[in-house]
Amino acid sequence: MPIKPRTPMPAQEAEARRRNFNEVALGYGEEEAKAEAARCLQCKDAPCQKGCPVGVQIKDFIKAAKTGDWATAYDKIKETNSLPAICGRVCPQEEQCEKVCLLGKKGQPEAIGRLERFAADMAMKRGVKVQKPDDGAPGRGHKVAIVGSGPSGLTAAGDLAKLGYDVTVYEALHAPGGVLIYGIPEFRLPKAIVAEEVNLLKQLGVKLETDVIVGQTVTVDELFDKGFEAVFLGTGAGLPKFMGAPGENLNGIYSANEYLTRTNLMKAYKFPEYDTPIKSGKRVAVVGAGNVAMDSVRSALRHGADEAFVVYRRTEKEMTARAEEFEHAIEEGVKFHFLTNPVKFIGDENGWVKGMEVQKMDLGEPDASGRARPVPVPNSNYTIDCDTVVIALGTSPNPLVSSTTPGLKTKEWGGLIVEEETGKTTKDGVYAGGDAVTGSATVILAMGAGKKAAQAIHEYIQAKK
Amino acid sequence: MFKIVKRRVLTPVTKLYEVEAPLVAAKAQPGQFVVVRVNETGERIPLTVAATDPKRGTVTIVIQEVGKTSSLLGRLEAGQAILDFAGPLGKPAPLLDSGHVVVIGGGFGVAPILPIAKALKERGVKVTGIVGARTKDLLILLDELRESCTDVLTCTDDGSSGTKGLVTDVLKEQLIDQGVPIDQVIAIGPMVMMRAVAETTRPFNLKTLVSLDPIMVDGTGMCGACRCTVEGKTKFACVDGPIFDAHKVDFNEAVRRGKMYAAEQKLAFDRYKAEVAN
Ligand SMILES: Cc1cc2nc3c(=O)[nH]c(=O)nc-3n(C[C@H](O)[C@H](O)[C@H](O)COP(=O)(O)OP(=O)(O)OC[C@H]3O[C@@H](n4cnc5c(N)ncnc54)[C@H](O)[C@@H]3O)c2cc1C
Ligand SMILES: Cc1cc2nc3c(=O)[nH]c(=O)nc-3n(C[C@H](O)[C@H](O)[C@H](O)COP(=O)(O)OP(=O)(O)OC[C@H]3O[C@@H](n4cnc5c(N)ncnc54)[C@H](O)[C@@H]3O)c2cc1C
Ligand code: SF4
Ligand code: SF4
Ligand code: FES
Repeated sequence: MPIKPRTPMPAQEAEARRRNFNEVALGYGEEEAKAEAARCLQCKDAPCQKGCPVGVQIKDFIKAAKTGDWATAYDKIKETNSLPAICGRVCPQEEQCEKVCLLGKKGQPEAIGRLERFAADMAMKRGVKVQKPDDGAPGRGHKVAIVGSGPSGLTAAGDLAKLGYDVTVYEALHAPGGVLIYGIPEFRLPKAIVAEEVNLLKQLGVKLETDVIVGQTVTVDELFDKGFEAVFLGTGAGLPKFMGAPGENLNGIYSANEYLTRTNLMKAYKFPEYDTPIKSGKRVAVVGAGNVAMDSVRSALRHGADEAFVVYRRTEKEMTARAEEFEHAIEEGVKFHFLTNPVKFIGDENGWVKGMEVQKMDLGEPDASGRARPVPVPNSNYTIDCDTVVIALGTSPNPLVSSTTPGLKTKEWGGLIVEEETGKTTKDGVYAGGDAVTGSATVILAMGAGKKAAQAIHEYIQAKK
Repeated sequence: MFKIVKRRVLTPVTKLYEVEAPLVAAKAQPGQFVVVRVNETGERIPLTVAATDPKRGTVTIVIQEVGKTSSLLGRLEAGQAILDFAGPLGKPAPLLDSGHVVVIGGGFGVAPILPIAKALKERGVKVTGIVGARTKDLLILLDELRESCTDVLTCTDDGSSGTKGLVTDVLKEQLIDQGVPIDQVIAIGPMVMMRAVAETTRPFNLKTLVSLDPIMVDGTGMCGACRCTVEGKTKFACVDGPIFDAHKVDFNEAVRRGKMYAAEQKLAFDRYKAEVAN
């Protein structure tokens, strides 16, 4: 029997969406979701589940979905995934659960992420009821501090609060969510969804203290002095890398972090209704080819660029962006200059960027990351005109916490050293997870790390009793 | 929300606030700053900590109204609150343990030099303060400054107080040229003033520090908006500074980057003024 193709997900037309910040993918309706669920073969050993970093019980949740029992489907997902409405939207499913789905061997894999999203959106619409832990919960009377409110911190906070712990989340910025709120744009992940997740945590009793920069406002040691018995560090990898190329500090050149933070956290796309401006021009060049680069270049179109393009020193094959983001970018008219590397930024008489000198590249032997190493082609330099540049070459962990916490050890590049299984750092009572440990990774891995650490913190505190 | 417990009008466009922010009050050192946001649609702007009272849990800031956000702030009254008030950020000012330090303040810059002067004096350092303004009425916080310094010299453009001239004239003519030994100069104020001080002391190889005030967003090292070039290297003013060796700062770049949003700032301010007028 031929396998039915995946149920397509409705999306805004490319021509319209490239000029607005509304969500691109609109999500299934109930009939579409049911039709997609019906495709699942309910395989005996459910290989899909091994592809999910947190082992979502995919088979069982889809089984419930087949009958339209979305409440059960949601509960099943929630057993292992704290943030399904978010993961359903931003997980690189094609690399994970859907990659190993049996349906994919003969045709298109089950649309697991889309179903997850639908189940979660349905639940939110219905109103998720928060079950507060009872008075006898094991965590009662014990305080835990969470530093950072990205997916790792929020997950750890939720899991610990459910066990009855008195949890306080400290966040440096004025709004919680980490990259979910300042990095990933509204058109991929509506901020209302992140706010809703945070709301649920508050209902669970989690306290949220924004505007607190741990390492500056309070140190980790002072948190212990305040009576916290354990601290989880979910501080992410927020430090932007620049190229060090001449002209990089010209006006009009942004790190992706600044470009996206202005756009998302500060809502510069609503200037002057919101006070924070952004200078996004007519010809916007984005350097790099990960998710961050795709988010930047697609934002540039929405800010009104006539032409927005990616400059990347390798080829399409080595790009780290999700397939869906790459496809969406192409549909929206983003151009790609592959095997091209900027060597110098050129300014006009007022110090504004007006172009960049680039060099053609060839692919050589694989490097440490396993990807082909780009090698410059001699005498291949030429100039590309642009009036805005966004540098999206990755980030590393911010040293604000590690440099102010005696006993906390990091790797040379700044990543916190932890025990893989527990997230335990080199300092007693301090646990860590997410990008602060791994460097830039994914939402689901950060969430998984938050879960593991919450369990380890629970065991640590219970053992002390 | 961070409650304003006291407001003082220093000049028609300069306001002093004491804000309830116990965590910041307990931690802030001279030279550090906070990032504030006035309301939900507001931008994040950096302001230097002018004083702290850890016992009462208050932090003093002085704001000069130059655009929309500073004007929004300047309108707040005691009893009202500031939505976000995060800090302390940046590195504390490096303080000498002895000798003679000249602290120079221009505009709102008088406020940030206060805690530096006070801390230096407490360490037994001789501190000369130089402050300048267009006219006498715009010289702010003189009493506080006199208390914090060993000696205070003033100057005004119109000669209504102290020397007629600029802070750099006072520095050169009344101190350097007189052979007064100086171990360090710290200047905080408008970029043009800091640059002029740097050029005044450079020929004498007189160690000079300035507190840069680039455009910032987060203030924690996350965005790179605040990057500046010091000794040929890119630095993030919010975490590597804001205080740098004046003779190594690329002021041209700093001034140029400071103007990046001039058109948008004007648009926002004009709209704001029209709204307030109505
Ligand atoms: C633009 C962009 C797009 C992405 N797209 C995807 C995607 O499509 N799919 C995907 O799976 N992943 C994506 N990622 C990666 C993913 O977002 C991250 O891996 C994930 O958010 C990491 O979570 P985290 O909890 O470790 O840290 P973060 O989300 O980085 O959160 C860290 C939080 O800690 C706070 N903090 C830091 N230091 C301190 C301190 N000293 N005191 C207090 N608070 C502090 C920060 O302000 C921040 O809020 C993307 C990343 C970016 C930047
Ligand atoms: C570390 C640091 C500490 C600071 N401390 C103080 C302080 O204690 N008190 C205080 O009043 N201000 C201080 N500033 C400057 C203050 O942040 C700006 O004045 C404020 O952001 C202006 O916002 P606005 O919306 O009112 O004006 P904008 O609309 O942003 O600007 C209006 C006008 O002011 C000019 N301007 C903008 N930003 C600056 C700047 N950073 N420096 C000089 N001129 C600027 C613009 O060129 C424009 O002409 C500090 C800045 C930094 C980086
Ligand atoms: S969490 Fe991500 S990887 Fe796991 S099942 Fe859901 S979409 Fe797939
Ligand atoms: S592998 Fe694919 S078809 Fe099989 S149970 Fe999992 S989702 Fe369903
Ligand atoms: S203000 Fe963002 S890095 Fe300094």
